[in-house]
Amino acid sequence: MKKTFILLAVFLVSAFFNTTNDLSAIESEGDKKTEKKVITACDGETQVVLNDVAKDEVMSREKAQEVAAMLMATYQQQKKYQSTKFTRRDSLIWDRELKAMIEEGYKWFHDPSLGTNGISCDMCHPDAVDTHPETYPKFQIQLKRIALLRDMINWCIENPMEGKPLKEDDPRMKAMEAYIIWARAKQDPRPEGKILNPGKR
Amino acid sequence: MPSEKKEEQYLKEREEFFKMLPKLNRRQFLKVAMASAAVALAKNQFPPHSFQLVEAVEAKQGGTEVKFRFAYISDTHLYERKLNERFVRAALKAVQDVNALDPQPDFVLFGGDLAQLGQAEELKLGKEILSELKPKVYMMVGEHDWYLDLGEKWIELFGKPYYSFDHKGVHFIVLNSVLVDDYWTEAKMSPMDRMKFMAQLDNPNGRPFTVGRGYGDVGKKQFEWLKQDLAKVSRDTPIVVFSHSPLYKYYKPWNFWTDDAEEVQALLRPFRNVTVIHGHTHQPVFHRIGNINFYGMLSTAWPWPYAPTGLPKLTIKMNRADPFDQFDGTGDGTVEVLANGKANKIYNLWSREPMKVTARYLESGGREEVPPLPIDPSF
Repeated sequence: MKKTFILLAVFLVSAFFNTTNDLSAIESEGDKKTEKKVITACDGETQVVLNDVAKDEVMSREKAQEVAAMLMATYQQQKKYQSTKFTRRDSLIWDRELKAMIEEGYKWFHDPSLGTNGISCDMCHPDAVDTHPETYPKFQIQLKRIALLRDMINWCIENPMEGKPLKEDDPRMKAMEAYIIWARAKQDPRPEGKILNPGKR
Repeated sequence: MPSEKKEEQYLKEREEFFKMLPKLNRRQFLKVAMASAAVALAKNQFPPHSFQLVEAVEAKQGGTEVKFRFAYISDTHLYERKLNERFVRAALKAVQDVNALDPQPDFVLFGGDLAQLGQAEELKLGKEILSELKPKVYMMVGEHDWYLDLGEKWIELFGKPYYSFDHKGVHFIVLNSVLVDDYWTEAKMSPMDRMKFMAQLDNPNGRPFTVGRGYGDVGKKQFEWLKQDLAKVSRDTPIVVFSHSPLYKYYKPWNFWTDDAEEVQALLRPFRNVTVIHGHTHQPVFHRIGNINFYGMLSTAWPWPYAPTGLPKLTIKMNRADPFDQFDGTGDGTVEVLANGKANKIYNLWSREPMKVTARYLESGGREEVPPLPIDPSF
C-alpha cells in the first residue's frame, strides 16, 4: 500500500516537471503543429501519450493525477509480461536452500560439540520451544541490556554448555537462527506465532 | 503511626484465627483457611502455602493424617564427572536435601535416567552418589540408562528392572515403562547410535514407550508379571506405581507418552486407591484418570518446558524457568502417604517455594485444596 503511494507520488512529480522531454519523436513526426504531450515514468520506459494536452501545456492537479494513474496502470500492465517470471526451477532452488539451511541449524542445535560438557541446545529446548525468537531484540533482564537472539544463543553456549561463543556471522550461528525461527513459525500453536513466515517472499 | 495500627490489627486477627481453629468443621475450615491466606497475601507476609499449621488441624479428619513419607530423586542425567560437573553437583544437592529431612523418609525412590548415555562410568558414578543417601533406595530405570546395552549394566548394578514390595500396608510397584519397538536392528545402528536416537527427546522418528510391548518378549513378560502381582493384592490395599514415563498420554512427539497406558490403567482400575509417580517429564505435572492420581517428578538436571499441547487439565503450570539460574525449575521432593491410602506430593523446587499437590485437589476435580498459582515472574 505504502509502496504504491510513493510510486504514485513519483509519477505525479514527473507529470509536473517532465513537460519538456522529447521522447515523443515518433508521435510528433506526423503532425508538428499539434504536438502531443508524452509523459515518461521514472523507470524511463513506461509512457503515456496524451491526445488532449498540448506539449507545453501545464496540466491541472486533477489532470496530473489522472495521468499518474494511467501511468501506473500502464506500468503494471507491462510488468505483467516483462518482469521476472519465477520458474519451477527457481522455487526448487529456494526450497532446497532453505531446507539445507534449516537442516544445518537443526544439526548444530542437537550437537553437544558447541559446548564442552555434553549438553546440547535441544536438551532444554526440544523442537526449539522456549526460544521465542519473535521477541528479539528485547531488554534481557538478567543481562541488563538489549539482546538479540544470537546473543542468547551465545549465552547458552557459554553458560549451560560451557563452550566458546560463536562469531555473529559464523555460518553455524546463522543456521541455528534459521532453524529456531522456522521451528517457531511451524510449530507454535498460538495465533501470534503465525506472524513469522520464513521462506516466503 | 497508621502502619503500627495495621500491624496490631494483623496480630489480633492472627490470634483470633488460631483460637478458632480447633472448633471448625471442614466447611468452615476451608473458609477460614482461604481468608487467612488472603490476609497473609494482603500483608505480603508470606506465601499462602507456607501456612503449615492449617494442615495440622485438617489432618485430624477422615484418615488424612500422614502415615509415612518417602522421598524421591529423579532424572539426574549424569555424564562422567570429568566431562560434566554441574549435573553431579545437582545430584549431590538432592542427596543432601534428602539426608537433611527431619523426620527422615522411610525410603527414597530414584525415578530413572540416572545416566545420560547409559555408559558404565555414568551409572557407576550415579550409584556412588546415591550410596550416600541415609535411607534405603529403590531404583527405577529410564530410557537413558537402558538403550546403550539394553539394560545389561543397569541390571548388574541395581538388580531387577521391575518388581514390587510392601511397606506399612501399601503395595508398591516399580515398572520398566521405557520399552519400545526394535528400531536398531534393521537400521544396523551401533549401541551408541541406538542410545543417542533414544536420548533425543524431539526425535521425529522416535518410538513410543510401552510397559507391555516393545522388542522381543521383554514387555509381554513384564505385563504378565504385573497381572499376577496385582492378582495377589486385595482391592482395599493402597497401590503406588512408579513408572519412568507418565502412564498416560500427554504429548507423543516428545514421548511424554505410554502407548499401552490404557491397558495398564485397566489393570489398576479395580483398586480403591491408586497413585502413579512418574519421572521423565522434568516438571510439575499432575493428572487424574478414573481412580488413578498421577504425579510427575522433578529432575535434578534441567526442567523440560511444558509441551505445546496435551497438558493435563488439572496441572498448574510452573512459570517458565529462569535460564540464568541453573537450579530453577529443578529439584526433588517427598510424597506423603496418608492413613486413608491416598498420597500427596510435595515438589521441592530448589529456587522457588515448595508446591504441595494433594490427592484431594485431584479428586475434587480441582475445586478443593488448589495449590497456589506461581507468583514468580516468567522470563
